[in-house]
Amino acid sequence: MSNKEWPLWEVFIRSKQGLNHKHVGSLRAPDATLALANARDVYTRRSEGISIWVIESNNVHASDPSDADSLFEPSDTKVYRHPTFYEVPDGIKHM
Amino acid sequence: MNMKPMDLQELEKRFQEKIDKEIKIEPNDWMPDEYRKTLIRQISQHAHSEIVGMLPEGNWITRAPNLRRKAVLLAKVQDEAGHGLYLYSSVETLGADREATIDDLHSGKAKYSSIFNYPAVTWADIGTIGWLVDGAAIMNQVALCRCSYGPYARGMVKICKEESFHQRQGFESLVTLCNGTPTQKAMAQDAMNRFWWPSLMMFGPSDDESPNSAQSMKWKIKRFSNDELRQSFVDATVPQAEILGLTIPDPNLKWNEETGHYDFSPINWDEFWQVVKGNGPCNKERIEARTKAKEEGMWVREAAMAYAEKRALKKTA
Repeated sequence: MSNKEWPLWEVFIRSKQGLNHKHVGSLRAPDATLALANARDVYTRRSEGISIWVIESNNVHASDPSDADSLFEPSDTKVYRHPTFYEVPDGIKHM
Repeated sequence: MNMKPMDLQELEKRFQEKIDKEIKIEPNDWMPDEYRKTLIRQISQHAHSEIVGMLPEGNWITRAPNLRRKAVLLAKVQDEAGHGLYLYSSVETLGADREATIDDLHSGKAKYSSIFNYPAVTWADIGTIGWLVDGAAIMNQVALCRCSYGPYARGMVKICKEESFHQRQGFESLVTLCNGTPTQKAMAQDAMNRFWWPSLMMFGPSDDESPNSAQSMKWKIKRFSNDELRQSFVDATVPQAEILGLTIPDPNLKWNEETGHYDFSPINWDEFWQVVKGNGPCNKERIEARTKAKEEGMWVREAAMAYAEKRALKKTA
């Protein structure tokens, strides 16, 4: 007998060919096979997808929201990484 | 950590600033304990409502009048299960234990929408539940799509998309009954008579009797007050009843030119509180059915887990 709860899985769906898999939510299942079967029933009842990924939630490593400033702020200050930073003479085409 | 610890007041101030700027709160973000607790209570009770809501309708699947209605009802009840699961999944992002919230339902500690304590005694009740009960739920849930907590808001968007089929199938079914024989029309009117007031009660107590509302509004968990949503529902529903040719069981219901809204009689709050406290027609039956489902299905969960563990062991051996 096992009194353990079924593990938690994160579900990712590719809505159509050519697009990324996107996180849609989570569910509980004993193993990957049933996690996929459950994900199909819970998250794709109306042709929301053509492909499903499931990943056990404790295998997801996330950045800490309190580190967001130090991680992402530097890229905000580097405006020269964007093409609009540069001025080009009037009349220049295809650039 | 490289940061000096912030005091609670400062954290709360920053939190409220995010809310005021319409920045969503995500699972790992700092949030006040009370915000977390309010959401856990609200989302889990919302989840329970979806699951308990399957019972009155599930009762009619084998007795639907034809195959089309049966397929529709099956799809609707399956949706309610899905909605419950999206919501349990979002309550888990707050650190709540899914099974513990379900056990709270079974012990009576957690509530669910009172409407599901009324029985569905005729086939017209099924159409009426779709039209009025799902209609009222949509009114509530559309407002929740803009809730400040990201996972709840995203779940609501998905639920609202699906819920609109629920309301339309109910209305269609009532159109059929109302254009049918006098007996069928009378059955629809009878369902309307029984479900009208409980549907209005779904929006919860009046604003002056709803002590937690102000804080929920400040945190943008709620966007509109109970009375505002109830009024919107009445305004939207009266013309629909007219099209069906059904009479709303309220002698004081009338259009108010000045306010631009329908006036209606005061609600019988004694009845509401009686049902919330467990004395509605079906409270006991509903909780028994849910408890039985968990207890009698436990061996399936255990067997599936044991099988998964055995397979995993074989792989590593």
